[in-house]
Amino acid sequence: TSIHIKNLPQFVGKVQFALFDTHSQASKKLLVATEKNIFASLNSRTGDLFWRHVDKTGPDGHINTLMMHGQDAVVVVGNGRLLRSWETTVGGLNWETVLDTGSFQSAAYIGVQDVVRYVAVLKKSAISLHYLSSGHQKWVENLPESDTVQYQTVYSGGNGQVFVLGVVPNSHIVIVEYNIEDGEIMKQKSVAAPWLSSLQSSCVMVGSGVLLCADPTTKSLYTFPLQSADQTTMTPILLEVAAGFQPVLISTQPHPARPPLSEFFLQLGPDYHILLHLIALLFSPSKIAAVMSPKNETVSILFILSNSDPFHLHTYSVIRANGSNASVINLYSADTGRRLLDTTIIYSMDPNGGKPAKLYIHTFLKKDDSVGYRVLVQTEDLVLTFLQQPGMVVWSREEALADVVTMEMVDLPLTGTQAELEGEFGKKADGLLPMVLKRLSSQFILLQAWMSHLWKLFYDARKPRSHVKNEVTFETLSRDEFNLQKMMVMVTASGKLFGIDSKSGTVLWKQYLENIQPNSVFKLMVQRTTAHFPHPPQCTLLVKDKDTGLGSLYVFNPIFGKKSHISVPALPRPILQSLLLPLMDQDYSKVLLLIDDQYKVTAFPSTKNVLQQLQEMASSIFFYLVDSSQGRLSGFRLRKDLSTELIWEVVIPTEVQKIVGVKGKRANEHVHSQGRVMGDRSVLYKYLNPNLLAVVTESTDSHQERSFVGIFLIDGVTGRIVHEAVQRKARRPVHFVHSENWVVYVYWNTKSRRNEFSVLELFEGMELYNSTVFSSLDRPRPPQVLQQSYIFPSPISTLEATLTEKGITSRHLLVGLPSGAIVSLPKMFLDPRRPEVASDQSREENLIPYSPEMPIRTEWFINYNQTVSRVRGIYTAPSGLESTCLVVAYGLDIYQTRVYPSKQFDVLKDDYDYVLISSVLLGLFFATMISKRLAEVKLLNRAWR
Amino acid sequence: MAPLSSSFIAIVFVNIVGFYTQYGDCNNGRRVPETIESDLTGFSVPLEHSFEVDDVPRFWVRGNIQLKAGRENNVFLSQAMLSEKDRSVLKDVAAVDGLYRIRIPRVSLQADRQTDRQLEGYLTAFVRACSLVESHLSDVITLHTDVSGFVIGVSIVTMPGACRGAEVEDEVDLEVFNTTISVMAPVNAPAPETALFIERMEQEMDKKGKPQEQKSFFAKYWYLILGGAVFLMATSSAQPPAGGGREQS
Repeated sequence: TSIHIKNLPQFVGKVQFALFDTHSQASKKLLVATEKNIFASLNSRTGDLFWRHVDKTGPDGHINTLMMHGQDAVVVVGNGRLLRSWETTVGGLNWETVLDTGSFQSAAYIGVQDVVRYVAVLKKSAISLHYLSSGHQKWVENLPESDTVQYQTVYSGGNGQVFVLGVVPNSHIVIVEYNIEDGEIMKQKSVAAPWLSSLQSSCVMVGSGVLLCADPTTKSLYTFPLQSADQTTMTPILLEVAAGFQPVLISTQPHPARPPLSEFFLQLGPDYHILLHLIALLFSPSKIAAVMSPKNETVSILFILSNSDPFHLHTYSVIRANGSNASVINLYSADTGRRLLDTTIIYSMDPNGGKPAKLYIHTFLKKDDSVGYRVLVQTEDLVLTFLQQPGMVVWSREEALADVVTMEMVDLPLTGTQAELEGEFGKKADGLLPMVLKRLSSQFILLQAWMSHLWKLFYDARKPRSHVKNEVTFETLSRDEFNLQKMMVMVTASGKLFGIDSKSGTVLWKQYLENIQPNSVFKLMVQRTTAHFPHPPQCTLLVKDKDTGLGSLYVFNPIFGKKSHISVPALPRPILQSLLLPLMDQDYSKVLLLIDDQYKVTAFPSTKNVLQQLQEMASSIFFYLVDSSQGRLSGFRLRKDLSTELIWEVVIPTEVQKIVGVKGKRANEHVHSQGRVMGDRSVLYKYLNPNLLAVVTESTDSHQERSFVGIFLIDGVTGRIVHEAVQRKARRPVHFVHSENWVVYVYWNTKSRRNEFSVLELFEGMELYNSTVFSSLDRPRPPQVLQQSYIFPSPISTLEATLTEKGITSRHLLVGLPSGAIVSLPKMFLDPRRPEVASDQSREENLIPYSPEMPIRTEWFINYNQTVSRVRGIYTAPSGLESTCLVVAYGLDIYQTRVYPSKQFDVLKDDYDYVLISSVLLGLFFATMISKRLAEVKLLNRAWR
Repeated sequence: MAPLSSSFIAIVFVNIVGFYTQYGDCNNGRRVPETIESDLTGFSVPLEHSFEVDDVPRFWVRGNIQLKAGRENNVFLSQAMLSEKDRSVLKDVAAVDGLYRIRIPRVSLQADRQTDRQLEGYLTAFVRACSLVESHLSDVITLHTDVSGFVIGVSIVTMPGACRGAEVEDEVDLEVFNTTISVMAPVNAPAPETALFIERMEQEMDKKGKPQEQKSFFAKYWYLILGGAVFLMATSSAQPPAGGGREQS
């Protein structure tokens, strides 16, 4: 009964390198390397993944460069640590070579007599040459004067030389030629270039061995022939460079074993490019082949391409943002600068999406010798779109979903007809008669809807299950009987919001928020649920810049993704804390309080009603702030004028330990049972403090004997430290869950070198202090704290607890493992009351005898073979059924399922025999009727006798 | 094998002791100060309090917390009585449901760290003034320290903690604080109890293993055999003895 979202593909993230397989015309392969350290092959017809290799996160797995030749792709990984060759059809590894340390500069294929034989890798102080067939190192040589010269480029014209180009900024260029056979330095020369600071930003290789550099100050082009004499030519640029614009040179080398083309682009302004042609004679001035200076349109990107080499076709393409939501891609002939006929693609962009950011083009000759091409567009909101002539979108992928930051699940609304009906009642009526008519008509609509529903049920029941089409659109979107289908609102790191149907995984709406800083922190809050018709549900996203703390609010309808027209308060000061109060406005939206760096409070919504309620409640509204850089936790109380006062302060010295995380309890969590029934029938009451915070710290001393993890349980209202424990010889990664009356945390044991789980449970004791209401201000006795630890046989990526409607169902912990599996671990195994030796009482209580090792049973894996790579978070939501908890695991992939921690105790089984039970019931009913009648007759007869 | 298991037992022993002392700490961690000693080798920090009708904190000294550095963190509180003016202010604050706040400066309980450098700032806590009044100034103050002896937080609760609106008639009840002060250090969280578990497993194995090996067929069923033999003997007294003898073999 687990559902993996089928419509959501496996993701790869933001594309850094993309290559078309030009090996054969019919090839469907598209290779991508992404910022998520993923190397993958896409099917260019469908957009599906052929294969995907997920490397380590962080700089160790970073893909520095991707090159393709024939069937094989060469990849440099981890700042030049590894050189790999992949077979691209099935994604198998041909070979892998570990390279010497040194920061990676560039890599290039080296061809000899039209055949690519080697790959050269240039590091900061060395160059190495490897056989393309095996990866074996042919030679490695140290670069001369590598402490002063910045070597940046390696170049081979295809005829057996290897040039390494370096620069001493603002002084000279160094050109070193190596012998391809033994790595001996053949020639070494330096050319004065006092205006040059970096080769990569201002120089390109053009034609057969000519280095071309642009100097923005003198507005000149310099040509350096690599091979012959050390003469240089300076050619002034004929055209004006736009103010403040650094001229950019773009050239291309279609075949690695041959020299680059002699045509190149010179970009002189954001929308001004000229195509120049370097005439074969080295020292003659360049000839202008074509000038591109469109006056009324904006050229966003300009891209040169040239392949289909036998025909020697040079084309270049331009994408223009035409208006705001359409782009035009054109193909131009490099010889004449004219636009090629029938090559225009008009591509209308998603109005809720971003602008195109990168373009990858593949051209080919059609059978009638005309030019055809395909385009892969990556937009700012990380949509990969594959276009084909004429303007057809073949597929598109939402790669932003590879980086989900936070999410919420929102109940779907009632059916459309019901909703509309209630809408009628929501409006003010005109008089008695219209109201009666309205009522009658609405009743009639209800009846109609019910009939059609019945008909549909009957109709569907006759069809085999697989034939029932369940396409999800906004029209069919409605709550099911048990509220199992919900809307998943996902916030991604790129600032794109998604509304995804949890049943099918269809993306129902998406919205790109522009101007989001890349290091923003998002907090998503459901201010109004779907329960308050006719008011639409309302979600609020708080976007906060990590560095400045300045925030902004985005209010939207989570079902349709539309931006709300409600006026949002301006937030001129950095936001420290936000809290959603259980108070409601007249229109049932919960009150959001935002606390700025001057401890002033902004309420949203801030209507009169809300402000009045806040004034009344002010003395009972408390909040806390955490400043982990100073180790300071402080508590505040709201005043009537929406200012605040400091009421408590706890400072954990940062010299000893630093705060890793602070977690309260989830607001929508219910606890059904106040206590635990013990073996002797007495009750041990739980300490259920809704204001309790779990603070986890880590020692600054990372020595394996002295490192520790600290756990503080602090009351968020009074600042009272309820419990303080130290886990010795422990270190991060620390993950923890805080729920009900327990805290579970995972840490790395530095001494035993293993992952361990520890559970803390808090109890009030055998009697409850105040059973009617909990107040942090009136709990004089500290709780009893029990703790136990266990060995967990696997590292952990993330931790979450299940959540159900009423909290009757027993709890499970959901553990995301680095392998991509998700384990549903019964909380029963994490119980500090597990006895050392089983006694009758503990058996009565169903306590499992203590064993230090936590088992992982295969049936606990809830996602079977559907692994979630790099699982980042697990979201749990209750459903309408008490037994069922909805689980969404997100990371690189997204996985949604249901879990039943106490089995499906409130659901009849599929094979439940309705016929038998109803026939027995009917039979019994008739039997009683008949026997009653018979008994009457008998009584009558007896009376007559 | 033998030395290995003995080292295990040693670890077990330490763990048990560690665990139970911690447990004791966490439940009855408060150490009630003994009689106030006159010569204190430790140091003292001021305990300040504030209660104002307008709820703007203005702290002044309530007493001195004397801390004795050393293994046992002995702590005493010497404090003055509340003046008549203070008492009436406190009652007024209680009437408007104001707060009674206390604060102490950030210090380290380890004497050698005292001179190192002064930590800036204070640690503050509060109770509702009405609960302090209604409890007749009986409060429990706890200083929480971290692993290295820095005081990280202070907490105050009154006994009882509730505000029931009971009128405190007698002014004398609000004269003297009845304070219990203590220092709480973090408890050591238990590590997985592998050694004890292994020991228990071994014991269970021994229990299970021994009887199966030692008890022979005759040892197990001697009473049946004996009973059978007696029965046969009894029945065979009437019969010729040859048949009975064969059956027994």
